[in-house]
Amino acid sequence: MRIGTLLCVRRFSYVQSFATATLGLIILFLSFTPSANALPAFARKYGLRCSACHETWPILNNFGLKFRDNGYQLMNDHDAPIWQNPSYWPVTFRITPIWHRLSSLNSVDTYTNVSTTLPEGTLAVQRITSSGFDLSGLDFHTGGTLEKNISFYVLPSSDPTATFHFETVMARFDNLFGSSWLNIKVGRFELNNLLSEKRMVQLTGNGGIYQTYHFIPVGDGNIFGQMGSNQLGMEYLGHSYNDRTRISAALLTSSDGNENLITGANTYNGFFTFDQGLDLGKLGVDRLGAYAFVGEAATYYRTSSGTPIPGSGITNKGFSREGFTGQFYFGAHFDVNFVTQHGSDNAWFGQGYGNPINPGSAENGIPSCPTSCLANATPGTTLPLGSQAPTWNGYTLEARYVYSPQLIFIGEFEAERMSRQANGPGYVPGFTGPNGITGAAPSNLGNINNYDGLIRYNPFMTSRAGMALQAEYNVFHQVGTGPMGANTNTNELLLGLDFDF
Amino acid sequence: MNAQLMRWLRLLAVLGFFAVPTLVLAQLTQSQQEEWLHTPAVASHIGNLTGNANSGTVKYDYRRYCVGCHGELGDGNGEVAQWLDPPMWPKPRDFELAIFKCRSTPTGTLPTDEDLYDTIGRGLDRSAMPIWNTFTNQERADLVAWIKHFSPRWQTEKAGTPIQIPPEPEITPDRVKAGQDVFARVQCWKCHGVAGQANGPSASTLTDDQSRPIAPFNFTDGSRPKCGSTDQDIYRIFMTGLDGTPMPSFADNIKPEEAWDLVFFLRTLQPHNQYNKREKEIAKQLNLKPLNALKLSQ
Ligand code: HEC
Ligand code: HEC
Repeated sequence: MRIGTLLCVRRFSYVQSFATATLGLIILFLSFTPSANALPAFARKYGLRCSACHETWPILNNFGLKFRDNGYQLMNDHDAPIWQNPSYWPVTFRITPIWHRLSSLNSVDTYTNVSTTLPEGTLAVQRITSSGFDLSGLDFHTGGTLEKNISFYVLPSSDPTATFHFETVMARFDNLFGSSWLNIKVGRFELNNLLSEKRMVQLTGNGGIYQTYHFIPVGDGNIFGQMGSNQLGMEYLGHSYNDRTRISAALLTSSDGNENLITGANTYNGFFTFDQGLDLGKLGVDRLGAYAFVGEAATYYRTSSGTPIPGSGITNKGFSREGFTGQFYFGAHFDVNFVTQHGSDNAWFGQGYGNPINPGSAENGIPSCPTSCLANATPGTTLPLGSQAPTWNGYTLEARYVYSPQLIFIGEFEAERMSRQANGPGYVPGFTGPNGITGAAPSNLGNINNYDGLIRYNPFMTSRAGMALQAEYNVFHQVGTGPMGANTNTNELLLGLDFDF
Repeated sequence: MNAQLMRWLRLLAVLGFFAVPTLVLAQLTQSQQEEWLHTPAVASHIGNLTGNANSGTVKYDYRRYCVGCHGELGDGNGEVAQWLDPPMWPKPRDFELAIFKCRSTPTGTLPTDEDLYDTIGRGLDRSAMPIWNTFTNQERADLVAWIKHFSPRWQTEKAGTPIQIPPEPEITPDRVKAGQDVFARVQCWKCHGVAGQANGPSASTLTDDQSRPIAPFNFTDGSRPKCGSTDQDIYRIFMTGLDGTPMPSFADNIKPEEAWDLVFFLRTLQPHNQYNKREKEIAKQLNLKPLNALKLSQ
């Protein structure tokens, strides 16, 4: 689920048809009643409670992280499928029916407005609040071992309209030559982020992703530095036997996980991580780590009727993201997780060059326009005077109070701060750059504050099925990306059910 | 009163007859265990670590990680137990009995705190019992104390004295051959098979002390012994036995020097691993053949 669906959700009308929700619920309950065979895949295979691997499902604890790092194996010489009851079916379903109330600013045609206090003109900014039942998609998780030390994970995921895509598809080869330091993974997978976005429990539109993992300066054309997106490539992972020390390096195609080489001809990036767990006695095993995400992507495409020709990209430019990660347990009930980021994009990206997939998409802060408005660094193109490489700093802080494996409170705060804008002070006043920004950008353009708080309660917890009730509130604020140059300012209240079985 | 109602009442009475004593017994056990929790006997001592069953977090850790198999009362009746089918998947240990497989102490005695501490971190191979090495040392020591609060045995008995293991001698071809003779004499092969393939004449009939089927260890398929893989561990396994299983202690039948010979011989049965390079070479030199089962049973 996550990114794909959540972005889609945002593009959708927020009040989804009641019928879909009801139908979903009916199907759900039907599938629940007669058979007790539908069980979360791994817990069922090993007879472990969810809580053994998950702080709360699906967030991993240290034991779960080790299980994952071993290629979804307990390493008890019974990991191969031959040891399983033949009726064992390694599939888990997850579905999340929700009710939410969303309040956001919109640019509204004044003649459609009910309020008379709005100023004259064709468009005006107005806050619109709506509520309704919704679904945030359906996932089939299937994963496990094909043979000892060979495992797979396939996650076909659907958005609320039942359009499926493969969120994760990978094969893993673990403990090569009998060493826990040699594990290889190929396919499309989540980067080795200590704070995993695919495992976060937040469900709201803005809280359901880590902003730090997807931050892009306003108008910037580099969509490839999003470490929260599942990426295509190959990963090496090494870890000590007890998983205290972990190291990884991934070689990825700069496509932000999109298939068919939609992007440049030979553009790659690398993602490197290291983290170390420390034995802090009664506090627990606490981790500290660092990561670097460096790569390049094309800024010039030959086009056909204005559409970039896949694989034709050249004139690669660089980008980088680096930072620290930490996971601190303060005893059994409280933990704090953080990720910091320093990001930097080449000045060409800053001017809007580079994005061949969704040119001019409103998502990146560029106003929507036909594909022909792709910012393309065709031969002879020069950067506008005063262009500079955008840089920024950000962090994500997530604190969790685990009252019991069945009841968890999570508070999250994220801050993204531009430190250098693409349109520098030398930018010609009044000139609108290819990135859609006119003149020198204000220093805080694009800055984000994101607050999220939630309570998640599992009324029961077994190795067979899980269900969580969740109440969540999110406030999202971004400077200058709202309608008509206003700030984006949304808040969302969500009540949801998260089933897995 | 109509017949329907009578039937229901009878059913209720029968259910009550079984349910009430069970509940009462569970209550009794629980309140006793509550008392034991606060006794010094359950504290664990591992090196300079002291494990505490009242540490606050340990109860929570047990709930989070262990209870699904070992149960609230430590009786091995967690909700998962019913899905584990011996001999392929042994049932979780009943901590109320305090009978443990992996001990450095003589058969029939309680294990040391270190034994339990090591076992938790090592896991039990070929069972659902995972390798719990992701805890901090303190958390693991606390879990040892917690396990000890389930059984009255820890209140009245002291842990056994670990057996003495003489220093490991230099391996020689003669010692390997002598080891094979011990293997034949004390009849390890009856269960483990002449080539260590877990197919001896008694293998298929073995049961543990709960009358559940159990399979002997297969030396040849690359699996790890539950109670440790080093030479010292192997020595300890057959000189203390795995209590609660048909795998006996041979302390009375095998002299310490002979015991090392046997360890060397057992190594030749295993596929190549990090411990048996010399043994495999010697076996090849000697052209060591499995015992002749027919001759042995005459
Ligand atoms: C998924 C099920 C499962 C979980 C969870 C589990 N165990 Fe076990 N445990 C077992 C089984 C099964 C055995 C018996 C294995 C055998 O006899 O080979 C066992 C045996 C043991 C033993 C006995 C060792 C011996 O020498 O006889 C100890 C001690 C133990 N477990 C501790 C723990 C602790 C502490 C935890 C939690 C941190 C835990 N177990 C969690 C399944 C489990
Ligand atoms: C009566 C049958 C029987 C005899 C005789 C016997 N064993 Fe075992 N042995 C077993 C069984 C059953 C197990 C498996 C116990 C378990 O998995 O819990 C076992 C397990 C073992 C293990 C592995 C223990 C572990 O930690 O996993 C070793 C090593 C071993 N036996 C060695 C020997 C040696 C050496 C002899 C002769 C000196 C011997 N056995 C005699 C039945 C026997």
